[in-house]
Amino acid sequence: MIEVSNLVKKFGDFTAVDNISFKVSAGEIFAFLGPNGAGKSTTIKMLTTLLQPTSGQILVNGHDPVHQPNIVRHSFGIVFQDPSLDDELTAWENMEFHGVLYGVPKKLRHQRAEQLMKLVELWDRKKSLVKEFSGGMKRRLEIARGLLHHPKIIFLDEPTLGLDPQTRNYMWTYLKELNKAEGTTIFFTTHYMEEAERIAQRIAIIDHGKIIASGTAAELIAQTKTNSLEDAFLNLTGRSIREEAAAPVDRMRMMRRGFTKR
Amino acid sequence: MNTIYILWLRQIKRYLRSKPRMIGSLVQPILFLLSLGYGFGSVFQRAGEGSYINFLAPGIIGMSIIFTSVFSGMEIIWDRQFGFLKETLVAPVSRFNIMIGRTIGGATVATIQGFLVFIISMIAGFHPYNIWAIIPVILVMFLVALLFTALGTMIASFLNDMQGFQLIVNFLIMPLFFLSGALFPLEGLPQALSFVARLDPLSYGIDAFRVLLIGLGHYGLITDLIVLSIVTLAFLSLGSYFFRRIQV
Repeated sequence: MIEVSNLVKKFGDFTAVDNISFKVSAGEIFAFLGPNGAGKSTTIKMLTTLLQPTSGQILVNGHDPVHQPNIVRHSFGIVFQDPSLDDELTAWENMEFHGVLYGVPKKLRHQRAEQLMKLVELWDRKKSLVKEFSGGMKRRLEIARGLLHHPKIIFLDEPTLGLDPQTRNYMWTYLKELNKAEGTTIFFTTHYMEEAERIAQRIAIIDHGKIIASGTAAELIAQTKTNSLEDAFLNLTGRSIREEAAAPVDRMRMMRRGFTKR
Repeated sequence: MNTIYILWLRQIKRYLRSKPRMIGSLVQPILFLLSLGYGFGSVFQRAGEGSYINFLAPGIIGMSIIFTSVFSGMEIIWDRQFGFLKETLVAPVSRFNIMIGRTIGGATVATIQGFLVFIISMIAGFHPYNIWAIIPVILVMFLVALLFTALGTMIASFLNDMQGFQLIVNFLIMPLFFLSGALFPLEGLPQALSFVARLDPLSYGIDAFRVLLIGLGHYGLITDLIVLSIVTLAFLSLGSYFFRRIQV
């Protein structure tokens, strides 16, 4: 479903993604893990047509996001790491907007929007403007929105950040059902290792732009001779805090955008 | 078609919901209309040019349109900062359609704003020689609005945040407005100024308003419409070209 080979993304001199290759099969639940600034979001942006790779090949659902962006865009849904709702519209209008953009027929769109909004417990707030929502509510709405068009692949970039365990549990149950019923491929990133361990069928760990390990949670634990995925992760990526690593990437991105617009 | 409609609808809803913005952007034209209109009225009259309010009102309509439409086009920058742009960019809709939907939406908003200024200027003492002229005027307003919304979109594709905003206002919108003949007749200008006014697309928009509303034109309606149409098409193509290249 997703095939990536020798993918590289450079921002100026900085290599955010350094020659990575991996495959995700159809119907698989795949976790993409890594410390802050490791290159997770950059990779997702390239997979979802938002960024052009410096070099390398990508196939998403058999098509190349660089040359056939529109075909690729039809096949996936995405929940971004940071908010992407229109604050000035109501929850319902945000869903409608999304459904129309993805060409979901009206009846189906309304039916699914209702079902999904009930799932994330926002149905009674459907007429509220999104700017009145709390962080967690916005998050839930984004997840509901990302699922509205029943995509073949769903990308979730830290989807459960800021959600309480109840909603998290609810959301994963729904996603797993969707995965079973429709064979939806799920590609997600998270910082909650127990979540990855419990849900992902396969895991890849990326650090400093390179994939340093991949396999099932059990394989990674065995490979590092540890007791949990969390320990395996720390063992592979080291214990130093990476908050600093993210900043230069952002700065590079900004400078790049400012000066070398392409 | 549906996608263009929903993008249009979004712009309209956002406009109707932000009453402060609507009112705020009416204050400036009213201020210009009243202070200049009445301030210079007697001098203008003595120079034998007739009523200044009548002359000025079409110019002020043009002013409200250029401001509203460039800002509407530039709203993309907000969308980028608040993340909503990503949602539209990953959708399976061609960038061209996204740009067109937004631009038509922004232009509609600017046209409504222009119409409101028209009503206000009537209250302030503007007498168009034929009230029904407002119908073709609205069409021309929309054309002018389309032109400048496309320009705003184009600019927004280059800018990353709102920091360049003031620069755009001072170095682009203000000169376009002041050099357009919105405030003064284009007859008998110094050559340099006359030349610059000729390069300013807003000049043709306001000229067309004057022809239709007070029967007074400089370039002639046909020239006005041809120039406006060509520049609008050019800006739309350029705008969609740059919009297509946006990476988030």
